[in-house]
Amino acid sequence: MSDGPSADARPTARRVSLNGWGRTAPSFADVVRPTNRDQVASALGQRTSRGVIARGLGRSYGDPAQNAGGTVLDMTGLDRILAVDLERGLVTCEAGVSLDRLIELFVPLGFFVPVTPGTRQVTVGGAIGADVHGKNHHADGSFCNHVLSIDMLMADGTERTITPDGDPELFWATAGGMGLTGLILSATIRMTPIETSLASVDTDRTKNLDEAMALMAETDEKYTYTVAWLDCLAKGANLGRCVLTCGEFAALDDLPAKKRRDPLRFRTGSLLTVPDLVPGRLPNKLTMGLFNELWYRKAPKHKVGQLQSITGFFHPLDLVQEWNRVYGRTGFLQYQFVVPFGREDGLVKAVETISAHGAPSSLTVLKRFGPGNAGFLSFPKPGWTLTLDFPTNTPGLARLLKQLDEIVLTNEGRFYLAKDSRMDPADLARMYPRLERFREVRAKVDPDGIFVSDQARRLGL
Amino acid sequence: MKDALGAPQSLLVLGGTSEIALTTARAMVAERVRRVVLAGRPSAALDAAAEQLRGLGATVEVVGFDAAETDDHEKTIDEVFAAGDIDVVLLAFGVLGDQDADEKSPAAAARVAQVNYVGGVSAGLAAANALSRQGHGALAVISSVAGERARKSNFIYGSTKAGLDAFAQGLGDKLHGTGVHVMVVRPGFVRTKMTEGLPDVPLATTPEVVAEAIVKGLRRKSSVVWVPGQFRFVMSALRHVPRPIFRKLNI
Repeated sequence: MSDGPSADARPTARRVSLNGWGRTAPSFADVVRPTNRDQVASALGQRTSRGVIARGLGRSYGDPAQNAGGTVLDMTGLDRILAVDLERGLVTCEAGVSLDRLIELFVPLGFFVPVTPGTRQVTVGGAIGADVHGKNHHADGSFCNHVLSIDMLMADGTERTITPDGDPELFWATAGGMGLTGLILSATIRMTPIETSLASVDTDRTKNLDEAMALMAETDEKYTYTVAWLDCLAKGANLGRCVLTCGEFAALDDLPAKKRRDPLRFRTGSLLTVPDLVPGRLPNKLTMGLFNELWYRKAPKHKVGQLQSITGFFHPLDLVQEWNRVYGRTGFLQYQFVVPFGREDGLVKAVETISAHGAPSSLTVLKRFGPGNAGFLSFPKPGWTLTLDFPTNTPGLARLLKQLDEIVLTNEGRFYLAKDSRMDPADLARMYPRLERFREVRAKVDPDGIFVSDQARRLGL
Repeated sequence: MKDALGAPQSLLVLGGTSEIALTTARAMVAERVRRVVLAGRPSAALDAAAEQLRGLGATVEVVGFDAAETDDHEKTIDEVFAAGDIDVVLLAFGVLGDQDADEKSPAAAARVAQVNYVGGVSAGLAAANALSRQGHGALAVISSVAGERARKSNFIYGSTKAGLDAFAQGLGDKLHGTGVHVMVVRPGFVRTKMTEGLPDVPLATTPEVVAEAIVKGLRRKSSVVWVPGQFRFVMSALRHVPRPIFRKLNI
């Protein structure tokens, strides 16, 4: 007998309040943090009638990683790299490994993650569950396009290895399936080879939205990574003015001699942490208008071949830890939609509506999606995606969002479930035509609905 | 589940023909509430209320519930929760009684207490336990400014509301940190069928105003809501009026 913790000791559950990155709609759940597969299975066995959901680093904005009254498995304890094949650029790792960790480990070896969202503080399990996308969507698709296989713990307690070819139904229900098909234990991902850790970036400032859209349509094909920051408070002739940044990983020859000595150098870390003391009304029309003006003015009109670090180009917000606290205790929500190509009018109308309302979004991002994948609930589809964040105390926000919903729906658009925190459940089937197939698979692999989240309950997924 | 803007999706009304509750239900259905359960004694009025809410687009279930029959409360309420999550429980039943007649008939007075207080304790606990298991949700208890200080003109009703109010406050504190929000609603004189024929008083309000205050209070997670808001100050002053003067006031 030993007094120390044994390998299969059951971690204890703690009832705590959980919320998403937007810090809205918290709920209480019993959180368990397993550190190996046996503990995951044991926690699944201990569930109550309120079910189980996996949680990673809590970067979903709304409630998909919450489960009121039930069990939430904090998967960040499953953090091992299981296998590496540098020849083929493959890595197999546990679900709780973050993209931050993968980048830190693999950039010095000459590999980058195939897809990264605006933060690298997301887990591999979460990246699969939300089928995350990044600046290279038009070129490389979303995260699950680069997943070769997934090991899952199913509702019946069995482990399964699923691949896109071997079990397409379950694989594509799991890709973007918000964790509702089973518990992702590990996955094999194809990494992207890079020669250097620096991005060569071209920047263009556009006078308005029309100019930005024309430029993006024209230049997208030339770059792997593109995105535009948009000033949603600009009006009139400046409506929707953008700062467009396009880049590639620099080739060794692109670097100045000094940097060539250590081309894959990568430094992680942050500059500061926001204290939890920010008054709720700080981000308002005035401050955000000023911020947007400065952000726009600081960008060069036209600049080519500027070398930027991975953090500077891909994850500038990661420099500021807990940046969501800027919105104060009342929190904020993200609103991300996509409208198909040919529906540019809808996009323009949405930007006009936001600008007219004066709703203060500072991290507004415009991006062109390429083809979507087979994921039943995967968000990206060919078209324009606009991402906004609004403090929840924005006057008249509910009304504005209702107007925007209408614009998105009439233009055959849809919302991103990883960002959603308030969509009307009635709109879901119209936005996701493969929702029924998702439900069929879920009914087959989890007939009792063991895997459930606040979002799943809210939307009737 | 409540969404990021605090809009609930499901509502259980205990006292399904209460005008305040039905006006609140209509206001909530106009937002995101899609499932409404009306619990009350079977009647044509209850069915009509359900039909009206269905007309607004909600799915409505009618459940038999008698505030005075406390033995059935837990079973009835548990069954409602078993069929699906409830985001908001509105404890809205209550009787005014007839002060003058009830003073002469202790049994009648006890019936007012049985419904308003005893029924409130039983149904309130049953709802609170179900909400706790669920890990989220709100319980709004309709109290009254009459419970703030007993007046000689309606102390029977006032004392039942005083008891209910104290119960709900304690319950709210007990549940703090469980994800369940308890809100005490203290309306003044509300012009409804319950108060029909009674003379109007200052600061009289309408079910619409009360409903709006409830919806707003739930969104803000208030612990006490006065309707109209001025009552908070009026009652605060009245509470400190010396007894010899208070008993002479014609209120």
